[in-house]
Amino acid sequence: MNKDWPLYEVFIRSKNGLSHKHVGSLHASDAAMALENARDVYTRRSEGVSIWVVKAVDILASDPGDSEFLFEPATDKIYRHPTFYDVPDEVKHM
Amino acid sequence: MQHSRLKFILQWADNSMILGQRLSEWCGHGPVLEHDIALTNIALDLIGEARYLYQYAAVLEANGKSEDDYPFLRKEQEFFNVLLVEQPNEDWAVTMVRQFMFDCHHLHFLNGMSGSDDPHLSEIALKTAKEARYHLKYSSDWVIRLGDGTAESKTRMQDALDKLAKFQNELFIPGEAEVEMIKVGICPDMGSIREKAFATFDEVIKEAGLTFAKPAVGRSGGKNGIHSEHMGYLLATMQYMQRTYPGLDW
Repeated sequence: MNKDWPLYEVFIRSKNGLSHKHVGSLHASDAAMALENARDVYTRRSEGVSIWVVKAVDILASDPGDSEFLFEPATDKIYRHPTFYDVPDEVKHM
Repeated sequence: MQHSRLKFILQWADNSMILGQRLSEWCGHGPVLEHDIALTNIALDLIGEARYLYQYAAVLEANGKSEDDYPFLRKEQEFFNVLLVEQPNEDWAVTMVRQFMFDCHHLHFLNGMSGSDDPHLSEIALKTAKEARYHLKYSSDWVIRLGDGTAESKTRMQDALDKLAKFQNELFIPGEAEVEMIKVGICPDMGSIREKAFATFDEVIKEAGLTFAKPAVGRSGGKNGIHSEHMGYLLATMQYMQRTYPGLDW
């Protein structure tokens, strides 16, 4: 039997209408316990209205070493940002 | 009537206060950080509940006492909590079984109290019943998890259950203050609380695969201030500061 409980990542929605946000991680013997632990560890000061937990090993993360080719090409493509475009005065409420 | 009302309120408060004190002994000693925090949360819920009641007692007595006088300056025989809550933590199994027995009563007691003829007490009951629901879920989960766990966890849970069984019934035997309060509609009927509490209790024990034999003779006395040998030590720790430095403030 493995004596070390697996690691779970915790996501909390602070209020209705917002999306769940990663707040931290904790150990638990299974998902149900992880949910209870998350309630006790991360919502003591009314931080949330909904909790998601997911096993950390189930998350596939991008490799920091790949950042160069994954993310840097986007930095010089300023036309992908709405601020690149001049909005004609006739278009109101943009 | 006024005497019984005060005693009834203190009895309710003392149950939560003493169990809160016991649980707080786990602070920094929990098996894992997550459950150290969980138990501390429950301890704080219970102490918070006791505070509401001590504050109310101070208002009713109107003789210059503050909420702190009740937990920190009363003698052992002036505490009216049941014997169950003062029993030592020992291990996680005993702590969880004690909690589970208490929670089964506590939740249904609070639900009953929310219909009390004393509006202030019904308000306290309504507010704290939400916490008690979570406490019951927490302790039930542990009873099932460990009862239906490994051979060792099952043995430990069964031993804890056998050990504490004799303290359970005291929760449901009306003391003199409760008898008076039931008459005037302030305290709910204990029979129906018992029925609901045991329905919850039996279901969880069954799911956990544990066996519960109702003891022929139960222990009681706490409601009249007659405590087990553990109570004096608990109070010595809890009251140390106020006894050593009277009037000490934060």
